[in-house]
Amino acid sequence: MLGEGILKGLAETAKNFAGSYVSAERLTTVQYPEQRIPTAEAARVFPFLVYDGTDWEAGMRCVACQICEKECPPKCIYIEKSKDKKPDYVGKMQIYPARFDIDISVCMSCQICVEVCPFEAIKMDTDFELSTTDRFGGLLYDRKELARSNEYYHKIHPTEAAEVDARLAEEKAKVEAKAKAAAEAAAAKAAAPQGAKAAAPAPGKPGAGE
Amino acid sequence: MLDKADQLFVLLKDWLVGYLPGGWQQPAGVVLGVIGIVAVYPTLFATAVLMERKGLGRMQNRLGPNRVGPFGILQPIADAIKSLTKEDIVPLNADAMVHFLAPVVLVVVAFMGFAVLPVGRNMVLVDMDASLLFYFAMGASTELSIFMAGWSSRNKYSLLGAMRAVAQMISYEVPLLLSSVTIVMMTGSLSLVKIVDAQNQYTWGLPHWYIFTPWGCAAFVMYAIAATAETNRSPFDLPEGESELVAGYFTEYSGFKFALFFLGEYLGMLSISGLGTTLFLGGWSAPFAFLAWVPSWIWFFSKVMLSIVVLIWVRGTLPRLRQDQLMNFAWKFVLPMTLLNLMVAAVWRFMGEGLLRWIVCSAILVVVFVAAGRAGMGRKHFGPRSYRYAD
Amino acid sequence: MSFVFWLIAALTVAGGLAAVLLKNLVHCALALTIAFLGLALLFLQLDAQFAGFAQILVYVGAVAILVVFAILLTRSSEIPKDGGIFSRTWVTGLVIAAAVFAMLGWAVLQSVPGLPHESAAPAASVQQIGWALMGRYVLPLEIVALLLTAALIGAVIVAMHEKEGAKER
Repeated sequence: MLGEGILKGLAETAKNFAGSYVSAERLTTVQYPEQRIPTAEAARVFPFLVYDGTDWEAGMRCVACQICEKECPPKCIYIEKSKDKKPDYVGKMQIYPARFDIDISVCMSCQICVEVCPFEAIKMDTDFELSTTDRFGGLLYDRKELARSNEYYHKIHPTEAAEVDARLAEEKAKVEAKAKAAAEAAAAKAAAPQGAKAAAPAPGKPGAGE
Repeated sequence: MLDKADQLFVLLKDWLVGYLPGGWQQPAGVVLGVIGIVAVYPTLFATAVLMERKGLGRMQNRLGPNRVGPFGILQPIADAIKSLTKEDIVPLNADAMVHFLAPVVLVVVAFMGFAVLPVGRNMVLVDMDASLLFYFAMGASTELSIFMAGWSSRNKYSLLGAMRAVAQMISYEVPLLLSSVTIVMMTGSLSLVKIVDAQNQYTWGLPHWYIFTPWGCAAFVMYAIAATAETNRSPFDLPEGESELVAGYFTEYSGFKFALFFLGEYLGMLSISGLGTTLFLGGWSAPFAFLAWVPSWIWFFSKVMLSIVVLIWVRGTLPRLRQDQLMNFAWKFVLPMTLLNLMVAAVWRFMGEGLLRWIVCSAILVVVFVAAGRAGMGRKHFGPRSYRYAD
Repeated sequence: MSFVFWLIAALTVAGGLAAVLLKNLVHCALALTIAFLGLALLFLQLDAQFAGFAQILVYVGAVAILVVFAILLTRSSEIPKDGGIFSRTWVTGLVIAAAVFAMLGWAVLQSVPGLPHESAAPAASVQQIGWALMGRYVLPLEIVALLLTAALIGAVIVAMHEKEGAKER
């Protein structure tokens, strides 16, 4: 019959209207800013620099290798290397960035810097409420503003952070094992010359002990 | 006491006018009536705008405006302040005089239509013998203002929107008039007051509203369709379709002139709902005899707001009609049905009282409607589409 | 000849003059609409309600729109280049207009039976008009209806032929 579809449509709209007062399914509005939907875990907004421990300067993982600066498509990262060195998480002396600026008005959140960083030093933040009244200076983040702790990283990306931590711990363990083995070898070698005159016919032993 | 409540505004007017000398009383009474109209209908306009935004929001699974005041009640005030303080931009090439006059003419003509609507018992501003004709004369002048708006902007899209709007309004003017003429025929008078008086009778507690007769019901449906098209409301809002024509004929209007257009459009909606209420839904008469103690003007405004709610409901439901679909519908379906309805009303009149005339008239209308509907839909195939190459 | 009459007459005459003297053609059409409105007000002042409202409904609501559509669709809304809205043969035009006015004035003065009595205004109510149309004047009514139908069908056929003509090209 002509007009039947109209009546069915009117019934559906009426159901929507009435249902919006009773069921959440018919009223899906989230009243921002009083209510917020939690962001997804893989959300990415702008990068931040991870630091371990409590001191952001000493614990920063970034070693100023400048790979992210070269790979960034809109070239929003600006790095200046330091003149001195500081120890990194395994104890090796590394240079660190004296300046690390990201211009977030240019950054396009592509995550390429995160993907190419070999040191797990730069990760994506999920905080989007970044509006400021200063159009130029307020949108240029320096390394102090970019530094966030590892605990913060765990909070926003738990699975990723756990995985990164596991990997870093493994690396650290490997390095420590190597260092211990090297130390044992050195100790053995230090002990060996005294015993070498006495144990000359046994030089293959340390080699066999590898 | 209830009589007093019913005639409250009449008594108020008489009391106020009594302070003036004899010669001044009648003009003063008219001026008071005009003040009443200018006060009440824009308030209803604000209410209708708020209802529309909240209602449409709820129908579309979202809240409407809810920040300005509890549940967004003060939103119309915020809208009014916004439109008053916006810059009034007139394009350089636009015809300044006509550009200025168009919204003024629209609002003036829309307000004139309210003068003949009987709002309650003894509560009509002007009681003329030909008041329905006056109303339609004012409605026809609305088209002129829309055309003026579209042409004076010197904008292709505005002109296109204006042409479409005027074509649509002229096409639907005829079914609007013809469905009203059915009512006039059965009442025997063009005066709206007499039409409401004729409906103010009760049989077994049920009212004699014209919508409860076969020809009245059909006429009401066609009046509703034509009224929706006359006021450029969805689904007939192609002239102001936001996705097609920017804003159609009021693209180049900003600030207060846009607010005047908005006001004019909603006043047109209110006024045509008011006329529909008067003609078909019994005007100020109560639905049941035992409810007649409620003041008459409350019934009138309730029915008008109910019509507005239905208009908003239809807007939230139906997609827009294309221009040629719209015109086809008007000339090929609605107009023949209104002519048929006139004939059915005449059959009703000459068949005499009884159940037989109900059956015969309803049968004629339903059979023709279904047959015409099927014939019209015969060329269309509904069902899942099949694509030849994109598989 | 009250003050209201002079006011309405001034409005009508101003509208008519503007309709012939303005340069922009759409402005002329709108001024013509004001002249129609003035005529309707004159009818209403003489208590001919039906005629007045029908004048607004038909002339302002339909004929004015028709005139404007015709202007726009034939694209003659440009200002005339030679700056002359007065034609060269204006003397002939003036003579013809004066002759028509004289004839109409003579006809009107012949039919008026002396000064009108204010109280004996004929109440031409809608019902009386209806009775007259359906009783005494039913033959002219039917002939006018036939004429209008023929005009409507003719317009549709002319438009259809134009469309087919355009398709052939």
